[in-house]
Amino acid sequence: MEKYLTGVLNWVDERFPLTANWKAHLSEYYAPKNFNFWYYFGSLALLVLVIQIVTGIFLTMNYKPDANLAFASVEYIMRDVSWGWLIRYMHSTGASMFFVVVYLHMFRGLLYGSHRNPRELIWLFGVAIFLCLMGEAFFGYLLPWGQMSFWGAQVIVNLFTSIPFIGPDVSLWLRGDFTISDATLNRFFAFHVIALPLVLLGLVAAHIIALHEVGSNNPDGIEIKKHKDPKTGIPLDGIPFHPYYTVKDIVGVVVFLVVFSAIVFFGPEMSGYFLEANNFIPADPMKTPPHIAPVWYFTPYYSILRAVPPMFGSQFPGVVAMGSSVVVFALLPWLDRSPVKSIRYRGSKYKAWLAAFVVSFLVLGYLGTEVTTVWGTFGQGVPVVGGVDRATVAARVFTLVYFLFFALMPFYTRSDKTKPVPERVTG
Amino acid sequence: MANQEVDQSKRRFLVAATATMGGVATVGVAVPFIKSMLPSERAKAAGAPVEVDVAKIESGAMITVEWQGKPVWIVNRSKEMLELLTNHNGKLTDADCSVPQQPEYCKAPTRSIKPEYMVVIGICTHLGCSPSPKLKAGEEGMGADWPGGFFCPCHGSKFDLAGRVFQGSPAPTNLIVPPYKYLSDTRVLIGEDGKGA
Repeated sequence: MEKYLTGVLNWVDERFPLTANWKAHLSEYYAPKNFNFWYYFGSLALLVLVIQIVTGIFLTMNYKPDANLAFASVEYIMRDVSWGWLIRYMHSTGASMFFVVVYLHMFRGLLYGSHRNPRELIWLFGVAIFLCLMGEAFFGYLLPWGQMSFWGAQVIVNLFTSIPFIGPDVSLWLRGDFTISDATLNRFFAFHVIALPLVLLGLVAAHIIALHEVGSNNPDGIEIKKHKDPKTGIPLDGIPFHPYYTVKDIVGVVVFLVVFSAIVFFGPEMSGYFLEANNFIPADPMKTPPHIAPVWYFTPYYSILRAVPPMFGSQFPGVVAMGSSVVVFALLPWLDRSPVKSIRYRGSKYKAWLAAFVVSFLVLGYLGTEVTTVWGTFGQGVPVVGGVDRATVAARVFTLVYFLFFALMPFYTRSDKTKPVPERVTG
Repeated sequence: MANQEVDQSKRRFLVAATATMGGVATVGVAVPFIKSMLPSERAKAAGAPVEVDVAKIESGAMITVEWQGKPVWIVNRSKEMLELLTNHNGKLTDADCSVPQQPEYCKAPTRSIKPEYMVVIGICTHLGCSPSPKLKAGEEGMGADWPGGFFCPCHGSKFDLAGRVFQGSPAPTNLIVPPYKYLSDTRVLIGEDGKGA
């Protein structure tokens, strides 16, 4: 039997590098032996991607991308299709959980300097994946054709209208109609189920190929390839990804699926954070819901958009600020000038700035889910900010901190007092 | 063949020429694909002008009609409403309508052809929500000095009964007045003014 299998494998290997690829990416890909908790989220992101693709395929079997039928077809999936509710809730929960694991995955990069030389391209592919994911989430959110779908898309497409000169034509072209309509829904469906997923898969492949070319970073932020066994050429601090990290990642998968299932079965709407109440009302182009807010994973950027007041009779500066707040991540590898990569050996300045950034991100995220009057208004007697919404002032302050984290990074990382970095990983 | 010298400059020319022609062809083929995303003939037809009889609107009342999928508000402004319009110019961002958010023939404080009938597109110039009508002066929740107008629930923009935006609103400009004309004394055609707009 084994002889027969070896024969088949040899036959394949002569025609396709199956064993070679297995070795290069799994059984002989040497990853640092000191990976910790933060290293679960890459493989979890891959798991969620698979969940989204599989559940998405099954949803398209019953969903109708037609303005007259879309809302009802989603309800049909929820009520009449066998297990349709499960597949749909897995998909909607998967969308939010995708952002949870990706945000934690990105934060890991900030902790251990995973974006630094020689891993800049891995990071850039990652930023592109993040942008693609935001597109997926945005296009997908229109498909249920509820009130929030409709007005959310209306607000976002109108952002393009504010581009000087070409703006109105660009948004007309994006919509394919004078307002968000059937034409818009149909093309968003095409982007959501085929165009962006193809790009996303390509980018994920590029992300992993680039990673396996330079090798993984680790919590010490040092290169394990500097110390190799002279005989085998294998890094002394490296262990084969399979079986060591495949088995470790299975533990992560189990814990993740416990959380994931708990949400799917007991709170798929997450009190309106994963699925908004207004989206259970069919889209009505004549009536705006009283409070429009994006889903939680977009709210930090939405807060930044709202925080910037109109200038020169145009909303464009706010749109630019919002766009920059996402794209600025791509500059990180070049903004960070610290001689060390990992937060373990950095000084207090970076730690303080990172903490301030995380707080800003979370507060902006919270404010984006609320109306601007959530914290009331400053009294008329207060200097400078008298009569202004407290939440708006807070959003402006935290927007400033958000951008200063990036803008001042070359200075505070260079002048920071770092600790000596060990030669070998510390476990 | 094998020992012939390679003419590098000829090769460079051929590579550049092939790449250029390929690029031109790619751009050319992209045009129909990009244009296919513009509004179709059906969408353009559905965006045709809409005829409205304004005689049936009571004084002080408002109706909403749909034009190009957008809500268009028509308010029959009462005498009091028109008087109140003149009292708050100092609080407006663009009281004189200098930003071309209206056809030339509506560039007046009332922003209309006939003073009593206001015609505006009911979409906030901030991010495209549809503001709620708060037509009565001093309406609840709008403050005692509210002259009547519109309030956008999304981000709190305020407009007066001519669609002019109040200072401090996130909306940068006044509401858009669509092109329109009177076919008779009370019949309005929205979307066409016979002036090429």
